Amino acid sequence: MTYTLQGSTGTWEIVCGLEVHAQVISRSKLFSGAATDFGSEPNSQVSLVDAAFPGMLPVLNEECVAQAVRTGLGLNAQINLNSRFDRKNYFYADLPSGYQISQFEQPIVGRGEVEVELPDGSARRIGITRLHLEQDAGKSLHDQDPSRSFIDLNRCGVALMEIVSEPDIRSPEEAGAYLRKLRTVLRYLGTCDGNMDEGSMRADVNVSVRHAGEPFRTRCEVKNVNSIRFVMLAIEAEARRQVEIWEAGQEVHQETRLFDPARNETRSMRSKEDAHDYRYFPDPDLLPLVLEQGWVARLKASLPELPDAKRARFVRDYGLTPYDAAVLVAEQSIAAFFETVASGRNARLAANWITGDFFAALNRTGRTIETSPVTAETLGALLDLMADGTINGRIAKEVFEAMVDTGAAPADIVQQRGLRQVTDTGAIDDAVNAVLAANPDKLAEYRSGKDKLFGFFVGQVMKAMAGRGNPALVNEALRARLSV
Amino acid sequence: MTLTGLSIAEARAGLDARDFSAVELVQAHVDAAAALNPRLNAFITLTPELALAQAAGADAALGDGSAGPLAGIPLGIKDLFCTKGVRTTAGSRILDDFVPPYESTVTANLLRDGAVFLGKTNLDEFAMGSSNMTSAFGPVENPWKRAGDPGAVLVPGGSSGGSAAAVAARIAMGATGTDTGGSIRQPAALCGLAGIKPTYGRCSRWGVVAFASSLDHPGAFARTVQDSAMLLQSMAGFDPRDSTSVDRPVPDYAAACRRGVRGLRIGVPREYRADGMPEEVDRLWRQGLDWLRAAGATIVDVSLPHTRYGLATYYIVAPAEASSNLARYDGVRFGHREPGHDLTELYEHTRAAGFGEEVKRRILIGTYVLSAGYYDAYYLRAQKVRTLILHDFDQVFAEVDALLTPTTPNAAFAQGEKMDDPVAMYLNDVFTVPANMAGVPAMSVPAGLDGQGLPLGLQVIGRSWDEETVFAVAQVIEDAAGFSVLPALRAGVVR
Repeated sequence: MTYTLQGSTGTWEIVCGLEVHAQVISRSKLFSGAATDFGSEPNSQVSLVDAAFPGMLPVLNEECVAQAVRTGLGLNAQINLNSRFDRKNYFYADLPSGYQISQFEQPIVGRGEVEVELPDGSARRIGITRLHLEQDAGKSLHDQDPSRSFIDLNRCGVALMEIVSEPDIRSPEEAGAYLRKLRTVLRYLGTCDGNMDEGSMRADVNVSVRHAGEPFRTRCEVKNVNSIRFVMLAIEAEARRQVEIWEAGQEVHQETRLFDPARNETRSMRSKEDAHDYRYFPDPDLLPLVLEQGWVARLKASLPELPDAKRARFVRDYGLTPYDAAVLVAEQSIAAFFETVASGRNARLAANWITGDFFAALNRTGRTIETSPVTAETLGALLDLMADGTINGRIAKEVFEAMVDTGAAPADIVQQRGLRQVTDTGAIDDAVNAVLAANPDKLAEYRSGKDKLFGFFVGQVMKAMAGRGNPALVNEALRARLSV
Repeated sequence: MTLTGLSIAEARAGLDARDFSAVELVQAHVDAAAALNPRLNAFITLTPELALAQAAGADAALGDGSAGPLAGIPLGIKDLFCTKGVRTTAGSRILDDFVPPYESTVTANLLRDGAVFLGKTNLDEFAMGSSNMTSAFGPVENPWKRAGDPGAVLVPGGSSGGSAAAVAARIAMGATGTDTGGSIRQPAALCGLAGIKPTYGRCSRWGVVAFASSLDHPGAFARTVQDSAMLLQSMAGFDPRDSTSVDRPVPDYAAACRRGVRGLRIGVPREYRADGMPEEVDRLWRQGLDWLRAAGATIVDVSLPHTRYGLATYYIVAPAEASSNLARYDGVRFGHREPGHDLTELYEHTRAAGFGEEVKRRILIGTYVLSAGYYDAYYLRAQKVRTLILHDFDQVFAEVDALLTPTTPNAAFAQGEKMDDPVAMYLNDVFTVPANMAGVPAMSVPAGLDGQGLPLGLQVIGRSWDEETVFAVAQVIEDAAGFSVLPALRAGVVR
């Protein structure tokens, strides 16, 4: 799938790389013991270290290091046994120390890659350049008072993983697929909750455009985009802006921009000339970070089954299509749901029900897999009722909708509503006779060669039997009666 | 008996023998402070009520047998150590009336062992200086006087000038200091005291206002080598809150003082024989070597070839770290704030008004050497040279057990001298800076007087983690020197 923008001078290709800031799941902050819970009272989770009081010193949180290593392993990346923390110096009111502790020259994780699945069934490999640990800043609140800004330092010092991709992304769809895949991997690993609306995952988007085969042209960075949809929109808007500039005979200048979703456009934040000089240097309060190979190996051994492996297993063991398998492994809870339903049953049928009726019901009712009234057990029981001939597929849809509405067990619904499939051949024959008697004109047409009317008769018989006829027996009875 | 004239060891013996109480001992020092401090300006903040309350606590502990090794001993605390509930200024206007809600690890250790704090001693602003002239709270007068020139007001050295002056003048029995480029050893030498800078990582930096994190060493002043060993014994120890603190047992320093130097090899680094070094400094150095030789040590000429780059390197690394460490003084959360129309103005006005000239100079130097385009030529190169300096020490300590050098190129100078040229001031630290760059332990011990009757110190430098040998060598020098001259201004002698 090749995505291009059509300009007046030809077609343009998008070149995009993403820097994702993923907040690490940990009880305390990267260098202090303060808690990290989201949504607490402002400034209730701030230690003296976070507030940069005189003489306070950072102490590295081992769990945050383990989370970064787990993530690196999940991204098939090089784990750097020797890394280092640097100070990134700049002044801002929500950065109390005047520097952010980050990893500049020697990140904890090096090159890796992510395979993303696109809706057309194709797959792409997106390279990971690096992953490093750093502190989040606090929040400046400018809308609380007409003349003053308020500062909330709860987030200040929380561990972030900055995950930098190679400029391998060639379309908004690929960017979306990459972010979804990254989020899936992080959630599987339990290293980041991936909630972009809470800001625990944010993306900076680097975009440039070029004609096919050209070297890279100047890029712009769109900062702090906070949803996958906005990332996709921002890439397209920024790429279109750059195409217009190039085609007008002008130059794109390297700068930092912001995406305005209301106007679906990016606007300049600061130019390269105004760029900060961050004066990175090794943080003298911290020792170099040295990991033991054995410790990394133990973390690796304790990783859960990751989405790629699970998808491959679903294809191999359950005979699913790669696309269905990819959909089912997107969330661990869905994959587990599927495996419960598929256990001892027709797995492809289970997959179809989950990705079809079940997901549709969740969407329609605004529920999640955790709050769904239909459980893996009751959906499995529904499949069992079909398999043993108690109900047919058509009735099953009706039973399923009742399950969504009531949360009741399918057998009870079938019982209460009298939906059991009719296999009594006498009753079927009666229905067949009645339908043929009621439609002499159609019967004449059929007999004169219009075979397609067979389906019409099946439908009429099923309707006469309120849908409960065994489809195979209805077919058989009709065929026998019409062949006479 | 003059209580203010006792050593810590003697005072502790007297307390144990009930010759006097801790309250009496502390009251004598509180009185000395009241009499002398208005002139010396050694303390920025005096806390006599707190001191006497602590003394009463020490008496109780002495009574019930739970007294710690420093019970009742009155100390001065350099105003760079955060002290819970007691204003901490770092010698700067920018901290304003900052009162820390926490106690630094080192001072907490001293309190644990029963020490009594008289107050917070003066210092160069943020410990940046070698004369105590950069303090926002005014200069400190050195209690020593040039012979025949009582009118000249001499500096105590710096940056821990207030601590040194307080101990020399018998206001305090000992004091804490910090040593980033010589800030304990240089004032110790200029005030006739023992001053120890231990190995980097031996004393926690937690709760000490940072100047240059990789060079800052908390340490101690006292009037005898053994007293300084007793103080360091209490101050030292692993602290999990300081990632650069090292988890090693602290040896028995008092015992180490009695070891002697028989069989030790003492190195004489030829690079310390600076051009233009006063003859009397050179003579004292040779005298010190003779004392050690007479006590059974072998003297060995050694070379530390990168010493000559030490000072230049220091004045890149230290300002670089300082420029970042001092970014937190922005008027937003604590300390002084000057209003501005926007955030940038608030920063500019606050920092322009809050920092003194020397601090601003070093922030500018530090910002410059870390800037894009200059980082490689300055900071990165300085780090490489620092590695070479460390390597020099590793090499010589394969051959010798300790080094002996002068502590400073000269004795105390007068307020106003060396003030026009910052580089001339920086040269005060030429002999002390290399030990900070390498993190090795070093101490200054008073060894004699110059021609004007002012004290001169000799510096003993040891291997990393081997403060014991440093104390042993210093004790032999102290014993041989028999340094008994007293400063002109001291408790009981106020004019």
